[in-house]
Amino acid sequence: MSTNNILLEVKNLKMHFPIEEGLLFKRQVGAIRAVDGINFSICRGETMGLVGESGCGKSTTARCIAQLHKPTGGEVNFEGKDLCRARKQEMLKARMDLQMVFQDPYASLNPRMTAGAIIGEPLLIYSKRGILNYTKKDIQKRVEELMEKVGLSRYFVNRYPHEFSGGQRQRIGVARALALNPKLILADEPISALDVSIQSQILNLLNDLQEEFNLTYLFIAHDLAVIEHISNRVAVMYLGVIVEIADSKVLYKRPMHPYTKALLSAVPIPDPAVERQRKRIILEGDVPSPDRERTGCYFYDRCPNAMPDKCKNNIPQLREVEEHHQVACFLYFDP
Amino acid sequence: MQTMNNDLVLQVTDLRTYFNTDDGVVKAVDGVSFALRTGETLGLVGESGCGKSVSCLSVMKLIPSPPGRIMSGQALLRGKNIFDLSADRIRQIRGGKISMIFQDPMTSLNPFLRISTQMIETIQLHQGTDKMQAKDKAIDMLRLVGIPNPGKRVDDYPHQFSGGMRQRVMIGMALSCNPEVLIADEPSTALDVTIQAQILEIIKNLSVEFGTAVILITHDLGVVAGMCDNICVMYAGRIVEKAKVDDLYQDPKHPYTQGLIKSVPRLDKPGKQRLYSIEGQPPNLIDLPDVCTFYPRCEYAMDICRQKYPPEFVTDGRAVRCWLYKEEK
Repeated sequence: MSTNNILLEVKNLKMHFPIEEGLLFKRQVGAIRAVDGINFSICRGETMGLVGESGCGKSTTARCIAQLHKPTGGEVNFEGKDLCRARKQEMLKARMDLQMVFQDPYASLNPRMTAGAIIGEPLLIYSKRGILNYTKKDIQKRVEELMEKVGLSRYFVNRYPHEFSGGQRQRIGVARALALNPKLILADEPISALDVSIQSQILNLLNDLQEEFNLTYLFIAHDLAVIEHISNRVAVMYLGVIVEIADSKVLYKRPMHPYTKALLSAVPIPDPAVERQRKRIILEGDVPSPDRERTGCYFYDRCPNAMPDKCKNNIPQLREVEEHHQVACFLYFDP
Repeated sequence: MQTMNNDLVLQVTDLRTYFNTDDGVVKAVDGVSFALRTGETLGLVGESGCGKSVSCLSVMKLIPSPPGRIMSGQALLRGKNIFDLSADRIRQIRGGKISMIFQDPMTSLNPFLRISTQMIETIQLHQGTDKMQAKDKAIDMLRLVGIPNPGKRVDDYPHQFSGGMRQRVMIGMALSCNPEVLIADEPSTALDVTIQAQILEIIKNLSVEFGTAVILITHDLGVVAGMCDNICVMYAGRIVEKAKVDDLYQDPKHPYTQGLIKSVPRLDKPGKQRLYSIEGQPPNLIDLPDVCTFYPRCEYAMDICRQKYPPEFVTDGRAVRCWLYKEEK
């Protein structure tokens, strides 16, 4: 991992959503700590997987990187530029290289626009602002080219989203993200809303496109098997913090953090023979609400290996315990 | 398979449920047959819109009519056809003999009523106990499904519970009248993996404890592998393959089942090889011709597949609806 190869670097990123009280004179009474200080970096051409349960801050992280939320604190260095402090023009340019694919292919496409208009919209916007110069004809040509790339017939260009199936809609979403030739694609649960047989189609498509255009992905999912399949490296999130980062092969073979272990053991495997022999680590209770500041380990309440004084009073920071394997847990180092 | 009649709880034969729409008749369920024995867990697997849920809603006679209609078929509960019963009798069966757990626990609990009110109502209706006994029973059930401090929590409202806890309440409510059949319609789909593991564990343990037969509807092949004894795979309104769970995963017969199993990435077999994918998408269920519904996506499609829908070919306890297995008969 040489430093000039790093495309995106997230430093101590924090996103706190204020909880307000009062009708006329709103005052802040607390904060939902959706993302509470995370650090990671993504190299060019790799796929970083981000897993965690709902409400752990995966999507908020992606949205903060794309500056759809203004983060409360921290840095998002994209190609060496800090996006949190970038000016509007700079941000506009940076967004060309940084596109998103969303989870729900029904909600993320405008029902009143045709497939062609949706895919061509980024090109149109950037041409209007004078950053690109595409004519109408160029855009049309590019749209058809993109549709073919993602496996849609070019004859569908004038159809509306409701005429497509879920899988095809997600293909439109991918084509729109590709329109500006981005370097990084933030894919926020791109296949969770799709059927099993369609999921593998989209996963294969994303893999092919990555090879063809040398794309870098930040791939968010809650399905660990999918993440394992597509990622080179995986970060596991819990309650707004990253608890473990490792190469995907290593993480699945030798998970270190108790939460990762529990998460992996909870995933059902489609083979009855394997299922019968597996030992499950069943976690007690639910994920606590992220609305208060924590003084100890974020996983303390549910951890099967919790150590009363160490874990309760010290926050474990992410530390490299093996090569390319970072864990935030006092089982592996002392506070 | 249907010889041991005495412990047969539910037998559904040739169920057809159609919906009349402006565009034509949607054959949501088109000739589904399955049998469920005491203590058995049956998995109904398939993609969205394949008719899994409609089959089970039909058995409970919960299909809104119009537009839905049960065209033909029988559902024998201990030898008595549910479809012949009066509305009053069916109401006694629902929640009493057959209960159901739905996917989204928030929409299936009444947000205005306390958990205790909702549970006592069910228990009183089906078991004829008085209110105090019913409440004690409700508290017992909540304890069984692992809700901490059930004596106090029973008087809470649904919004005071988290998603996993609500699903536990649903399970407790569904099992409170010792049903013979529990239909679980995607009980863990809306939940996180760690919570899903908890919920599946509870369903598994309690069905053993009460001897309840379970129909588990899901699209997740991993969930069925760990939970079920027998599996029915559905595609476009029909069951295309029935098998014991081990047989199905070791040697899937129908091309659709094969594709489905191959297309899921597996945690225990890591690798970067390309995933298998079934090209195309499920057919529109309106005015389907009487041919194999899977042939446009099938890599083994033959001439006969485009002419006639395959009957059920049975070989050593396995039933497959595919022309590939014609000779083996």
